[in-house]
Amino acid sequence: MLKQKKSKKGVFITLIGVVALLALTVVLENVLDPTKNIMLFTVLKKGAVYALVASSMNLLNGFTGLFSLGQAGFMLLGAYAYAIFTIPNSARENVYYLYGGSAIHFSLPELFGGGAVGLILGVLLALILAGIVAAAVAWLIGLPVLRLKSDYLAIATLGFAEIIRAVFQWDKLGPVTNGANALKSYPTFSSFNIPGGLRLSTAVAFLMAAVCIAIILLLINSSYGRAFKAIREDEVAAEAMGINLAKHKRLSFCISSFFAGVGGGMFAMFANQVQAKTFTTALTYEILLIVVIGGIGSISGSCIASFLYVACSEWWLRFLDEEHFIGTFKLPLMRNGFRMVVFSVIIMIVVLFFRRGIMGDKELPDLFQKRKPKPGAPVGKEGAK
Amino acid sequence: MQYALSIFLSGISLGGQYALIAIGYTLVYGILRLINFAHGDVFMVAGLMMVYLSTALPLWLALPLMLVLTVALGFAIERAAYKPLRSAPRMSVMISAIGVSYLLQNLATYITGGLPKSYPELPFLSDSVVIGGVSTKWVTIVTPFLVIALVFALTQLINHTKVGMAMRAVAKDFETSQLMGIKINSVISMTFVIGSFLAGVGSMLYFSNYPSIVPLSGALPGLRAFVAAVFGGIGSVPGAVVGAFIIGMSESVIKGSPFSIFSDAFTFALLIVILVVKPTGLFGEKVTDKV
Repeated sequence: MLKQKKSKKGVFITLIGVVALLALTVVLENVLDPTKNIMLFTVLKKGAVYALVASSMNLLNGFTGLFSLGQAGFMLLGAYAYAIFTIPNSARENVYYLYGGSAIHFSLPELFGGGAVGLILGVLLALILAGIVAAAVAWLIGLPVLRLKSDYLAIATLGFAEIIRAVFQWDKLGPVTNGANALKSYPTFSSFNIPGGLRLSTAVAFLMAAVCIAIILLLINSSYGRAFKAIREDEVAAEAMGINLAKHKRLSFCISSFFAGVGGGMFAMFANQVQAKTFTTALTYEILLIVVIGGIGSISGSCIASFLYVACSEWWLRFLDEEHFIGTFKLPLMRNGFRMVVFSVIIMIVVLFFRRGIMGDKELPDLFQKRKPKPGAPVGKEGAK
Repeated sequence: MQYALSIFLSGISLGGQYALIAIGYTLVYGILRLINFAHGDVFMVAGLMMVYLSTALPLWLALPLMLVLTVALGFAIERAAYKPLRSAPRMSVMISAIGVSYLLQNLATYITGGLPKSYPELPFLSDSVVIGGVSTKWVTIVTPFLVIALVFALTQLINHTKVGMAMRAVAKDFETSQLMGIKINSVISMTFVIGSFLAGVGSMLYFSNYPSIVPLSGALPGLRAFVAAVFGGIGSVPGAVVGAFIIGMSESVIKGSPFSIFSDAFTFALLIVILVVKPTGLFGEKVTDKV
């Protein structure tokens, strides 16, 4: 517990690992033909987005001990904010055809002069704006809601996510949100592919997610992070130690929502269109299950679990949905929907029997350290473990 | 006038149906301190079972069988998904409940093929009746009376039988009642049996009013019923019933107004207001936090 400084070696190795991963995605996407390996790249991009959102949820649920189920609502805010600010002016007429054009007459990438520079700056600014919108709403929601205890907090945040969804589908807001219809034609990950040159869409998704997750990790290892963990372990004791409960809970809630908003913006980039009905409670549950599978209180666990989860649900278990024959014998049970049944049984097994998930509350560097204990490490360090 | 009457009738019957689900939430929460997220899906599965059973069996056999199977499902869920986690943190049990809900929904999607199934016409309940110039189904009229009768029976059970006394004791103090020789597991199973039975009855009343049933049709009524249980003061049966009638009535009024898209939003706004103003609900007991 006393050992606050992580060994520099482990962090360094993780950093190299992330850079190597980024390089690998660039190489993969340019060596393999994306049109023939659609599944692989879909999984990689969606996995990166989910990793960010799961990490943000883990910050709140795993590290601060606030059981919130509002993640889908904040993703929705982020996704809409991103889409609304980046749809090119020329496409607005087309997207908002039901409402006779949009109420907003600018587009961030075009404000920055268009082209590659405009695209990068505009998308970055829009994503940050997406986060800020989500964080601001979280601040407002937090005023009444954060006073509630565990399961009441869960149900109240879930309720807020539903309210947000209803508001965004409201016809009167049509000129801004396009009502219940989809927003589209904004820059997506594929916009970052250089025509005739490098394909960068997957690498961009990875880079954005990695930067955000790194910020979350830095936060968790800062004094704020330690305060969050203290609140998780024992609120009363934390308060007695001089931690301002209300302030730190609000901070954790807003930061988590900020990254959920950025994640929502990236989800919009991944999905090519935004529609309020995508962001249901089921999406929150999905993210929650990823956090549980990865281990509550482990960011690297959330990242690994999100790629596993997305790969299983989108790709590896697909064969369960198709009918198979061995000779003339038709395998029983295999038909549309069977994949999700098998999948939810696996999740139940994890929840019931492997409650600590993949990583427990350890991070990747911790595992690395354990395998190679330093010879002649001071006794105090061992005792503190 | 006629319009107001029709809104009133549908509100009362909706409230009664929510009350039957809300009791399941409130009993389980009172004893296990667990939001049983899977309860709404048990309600949906009960509806689907009725659809399948009524095609194969005559109605007088299908109806009791549906109730028995629903009870068995509730019992099995408790034994399989909640009992192994009895000593685990509350968050794990809640996550397990979410997992069960996910499983039931996916299972239902698999079996129905994701297509809406039309609910069988029940004799008498599905027949139309005209009251004060408003045409409605008998189920609308019957629901409130049936609910009141069931709630009366339930309160008798809780207040005047040995099982009921055990349930109250367990709700008060889990560990002490164990020391007093109460078999905790059978009491908990009993609450799930009662809750699932009422959800089965509720599904029969609820889906008679709707043309079809899909795997997701349990989720929202479940959440609304939970809000009703919190509104009335969770752990209190009369509170759940009163809360359910208020929620049902306000939903019916909003659905009839131009703001129908906000009906669920209003329900949740009501929840947040009550949680902030009076966290114990209308009839809940005050609990003090011990350090």
